[in-house]
Amino acid sequence: MSIARKGKDLLRRVALTVNGTRHELELEPRELLVYVLRERLGLTGTTVGCDTSACGACTVLVGGESVKSCTMLGVQAEGFEITTIEGLATNGDLHPVQQAFHEHHALQCGFCTPGMVLAAVSLIESGGATDEEAIREGLEGNLCRCTGYHNIVEAVAAAAGVI
Amino acid sequence: MAVIETRETFVGTSVKRREDASFLTGRATFIDNLTLPGTVYMAVVRCPYPHARIASVNLDAARAAEGVVAAFSGADLAEDWKGSLPCAWAVTEDIKMPPHFPLAVEEARHQGDGVAVVIAESRALAKDAAELVEVDYEALDATADVERALEDGAPLVHADLGTNECYVWKLETDGVQAALDAADVVVTRRYVQPRLIPNAMEPRGVLAQVGPTGEATIWSSTQVPHILRFALQIVLGIPEAKIRVIAPDVGGGFGSKLDVYAEEALVIALAKRLGRPVKWTEERSENYVATIHGRDTVHELTFAATKDGKITVVKSEAKCAMGAYLQLVTPGIPLLGAWIYNGPYDIPNYSVTFTGVFTHTTPTDAYRGAGRPEATYVLERTMDALAAELGIDPIELRRRNFITEYPAELASGLTIDSGDYHASLDRLLELLDLDSIRSEQTARREGGDTKLLGVGFSTYNEMCGLAPSRILGAIRYAVGGWDSATIRVQPLGSVQVVTGTSPHGQGHETSWSQIVGDQLGVALADIEVLHGDTAVSQLGMDTYGSRSLAVGGVALVHASAKIVDKARQIVSHQLEVSADDLEFADGTFRVKGSPEREMTIQAAAFQAHSAHNLPDGMEPGLEATATYDPPNFSWPGGAHAAVVEVDTETGDTRLVRYVAVDDVGAAVNPMIVEGQVHGGITQGIAAALWEEAVYDEDANLLTTTMTTYLVPTAAELPSFETDLTETRSPTNPLGVKGVGETGTIASAPAVINAVVDALSHLGVTDMQMPATPERVWRAIQEVKA
Repeated sequence: MSIARKGKDLLRRVALTVNGTRHELELEPRELLVYVLRERLGLTGTTVGCDTSACGACTVLVGGESVKSCTMLGVQAEGFEITTIEGLATNGDLHPVQQAFHEHHALQCGFCTPGMVLAAVSLIESGGATDEEAIREGLEGNLCRCTGYHNIVEAVAAAAGVI
Repeated sequence: MAVIETRETFVGTSVKRREDASFLTGRATFIDNLTLPGTVYMAVVRCPYPHARIASVNLDAARAAEGVVAAFSGADLAEDWKGSLPCAWAVTEDIKMPPHFPLAVEEARHQGDGVAVVIAESRALAKDAAELVEVDYEALDATADVERALEDGAPLVHADLGTNECYVWKLETDGVQAALDAADVVVTRRYVQPRLIPNAMEPRGVLAQVGPTGEATIWSSTQVPHILRFALQIVLGIPEAKIRVIAPDVGGGFGSKLDVYAEEALVIALAKRLGRPVKWTEERSENYVATIHGRDTVHELTFAATKDGKITVVKSEAKCAMGAYLQLVTPGIPLLGAWIYNGPYDIPNYSVTFTGVFTHTTPTDAYRGAGRPEATYVLERTMDALAAELGIDPIELRRRNFITEYPAELASGLTIDSGDYHASLDRLLELLDLDSIRSEQTARREGGDTKLLGVGFSTYNEMCGLAPSRILGAIRYAVGGWDSATIRVQPLGSVQVVTGTSPHGQGHETSWSQIVGDQLGVALADIEVLHGDTAVSQLGMDTYGSRSLAVGGVALVHASAKIVDKARQIVSHQLEVSADDLEFADGTFRVKGSPEREMTIQAAAFQAHSAHNLPDGMEPGLEATATYDPPNFSWPGGAHAAVVEVDTETGDTRLVRYVAVDDVGAAVNPMIVEGQVHGGITQGIAAALWEEAVYDEDANLLTTTMTTYLVPTAAELPSFETDLTETRSPTNPLGVKGVGETGTIASAPAVINAVVDALSHLGVTDMQMPATPERVWRAIQEVKA
């Protein structure tokens, strides 16, 4: 990480990889990762639902693990590989979790969906989605106000192959 | 000879949602994802006190801060407002309707009341500078309590009114007192229903641009683009014809975006002043004080009954919090439940009184169910209380009082067109297996288990499909309840459907295409549904009150019929047969008896546009608009049951099972219906067990985040067991009734009845919502003492 000056602010040069593309950015130290993704890189699929790290809407994968991107500064992402919802499908084919959300009607307004999908991907890949209870506990950090979670749990269980 | 294919209808099948793709891939158009060249960002300085005189506002430091474009106090912008933020429902002739301008000038009346704005080149710079605004507040006494607010000497929200009483509204039939006097038994219970914060996952947001000749475009996370358009003329004086409102993807509403908010007027006024697009994105902590709340009522509910359980009187008196100002429909929210205080029961004598009360709190307004959860809660809780009083099983008591004949004329004056409450309850009991729950309950009680089981019921109905315009007029609502659809068959056969409804999660694009696909006999892939932009959809009354399908969906049927009629004239002309000799099925007109002579509706559309050979006098094109005003409300109903496990040592209550059987009429898309039920019951369960906006004695909001106001997570909830019974509504051609609010209306009383049931053998007879561990534990200690 190198440091450059812009006006009276310290800007830090940060290199991070998002959805397979490397970006070199000059960031203010206070910029949260979620705003770096949304405003610097235009990746608005990651949404902001609260200001207390309670809702999980901004969940992304950092080094493969789910992270609420409002709990991390952009400068802390130096060197990490980040996956956002825009990077989850491959060659136009939905990821199995995205597909399962569609099949099971696991989204309504869609605002929590990107974070919920990425939290689910991480849960499944870490081997944590073993049964309904584990899925419910594993998604505890992500709020949804539309679905009552019923269909989300079904979708994740289906994608995880546990139903 | 051509083979006439018959196919399944789209309506009634769980077509997967066409809306999903953009959300699943991160390509949604939520407001905060949108920016225009030159956009500047607004931050609102909000009063931290529940009630304060604004002595002065000093903007010098903010104006001098980095990146700041402008800053204004309430006084600076006062001349921009041609009218108050409107309240559309003057429920009585003498209702007190104090003005409500986008920024407070002399006095702030609740925490979060806006007092100044700062506009800067970025969101962060606007927020930085907002912290430099110096407001000299003189704190004043305040109260958030509806009962205290009515006492003599209570701090007044609007001192010039001389009272906090906003209105008293009453609906009473003759003979209530006589029936009370004649009753074998009279049961009266008091209920406090907590204030709820809607918590749509997307906070509000607005972006506005004003052109050089004053034409304004606003993108808003609103449920009501059409209502917002005319409200903005009232506030800003810009002719409606020059205002375009766009509701792009909207991340949930639940009533909280059924409103006209200060920030919507502010961004337009500022965009006009500054000549640049202005954007504002609400933060969640702002949302908790600046976006409407729901509920917050104190009821006294009385039943009179014969000794064999026939209820003869329902009488309700309620104090209902308005908050500090009247938002769009604030005073009318209790009235949305006013006609269903009999629920699904035949009760001949009826008395409902509401007292609207100003308190120093965020305004209340529609939150999922809006008036009907309040009514159903007190009714279904008192049903159990009456059952206990009479020694009759609560299920049997409900059955003895069910309405069974339709149309059912209610004492309250409305007419239920259809229903079968016994059928829903029968199906519920099949799914529930009550006998084994009761034996487990008994075994645990007898075995001294500290985790007790309880089962609670709620049988309900609601009036939705808002609403017949004449009735709305009669109850003093300012606008109509119709909705509109325009269908346009393009020259090459694709179909544009323009709806006046404004979905924000309900899946109208999918369901509406199913309806039109059946009506016109075209493939779903040929249909595009457009909504949420007043430049595209000129006529509409938007989405709230479980109205979209029962009103807007029916408008689709009528518009389709006009399309088919015109196409029939074209085909008749071209095939040189009488229109009466044409049959229309599966998108094709065929000559009766000569089915090889045929023309598809899409071919007719090409002819309509080429206009080479149309009947004399026919206008080219194949487009039709229908506006549908429903003749009656729609009347969903059903039966719900909750099974809870209560830990007597900690008071912790866990929902073990939830079974819901609803009659929503015909289900256009059963998958979407089920999703609405899931979401609805979750919000009622949450009100029963977790959610409560808590204010202290001085009207400071204590539950200011999603971690102190307990929005439930997946971990607290079970999977749900749901089913449908179906009685088609005879009121509309689709047979539909609406489903958006049923779950929320039915579920809270079922859960609380279950909690009380779990503890009833100990002597517990009541439990206030939400049944927090502390409340449950205290209730157990009280009966022990």
